[in-house]
Amino acid sequence: MSPRAAWRLESIGFSEVHDYIAGKADWGSFGLPLEGTRGSETRVGAYLHRRDVPACRLDESLREVRTRARAAGSDTCFVLNPEGVVLGRLGRAALAGEDDVSVEQAMSPGPSTVRPSLELHRAVERMRTQNLTTLPVTTSDGRLLGLLERDAAERALRELNCNRARTLSEGSQP
Amino acid sequence: MPIPVGRDEVQRLLAEGAQLVEVLPQAEYEEQHLPGAINIPLKTLDAESARRLERGRPVIVYCHDYQ
Repeated sequence: MSPRAAWRLESIGFSEVHDYIAGKADWGSFGLPLEGTRGSETRVGAYLHRRDVPACRLDESLREVRTRARAAGSDTCFVLNPEGVVLGRLGRAALAGEDDVSVEQAMSPGPSTVRPSLELHRAVERMRTQNLTTLPVTTSDGRLLGLLERDAAERALRELNCNRARTLSEGSQP
Repeated sequence: MPIPVGRDEVQRLLAEGAQLVEVLPQAEYEEQHLPGAINIPLKTLDAESARRLERGRPVIVYCHDYQ
């Protein structure tokens, strides 16, 4: 749709028209702000409860990674490449493996991730259905942004729903 | 000829004063739009509706995605 609009503007006489073809889906999937009745405050990106997620590289040993994860108070660790792209995840059981095993051998590859533009209620629904306590959030090119924690997400969703109900009720008063 | 741009370029152009236009229908714009964007739906885009834009400044148009 936007290419047609861009050409139309040129036909009207605008000399410098740019077309952001990837559009607001791309914008939101990188955690950039959106406004409107279902803007950023209703999206996962506004509720990243942990941005300091423990991370490791493929070639590290479990001994090194376990120490770091425990120091950070976490029982999970994300495996990232130098560009910050999520390659795998080490859960509690994997982290408890033999000291000299490499991260690459122990990790679960390709963990499920969500984009920051996902609506919060959908993320909570997914965590409930799949019995997840956290959801990793990445940009659409796979870079880790942070973790959404279920307890905090459920609280935030209740608050959002209350605010929405209050706004509706105020709007319906004579 | 319209110039295709990516996210980084959009941010740079906006910082330099470009105008941002969402061309989706009004209901979709009201739900969610980029900060600072105005709404001129494609179906209403003509010389009259485009008078909301300044001709001397660059314009960036966008919709939802590659649709």
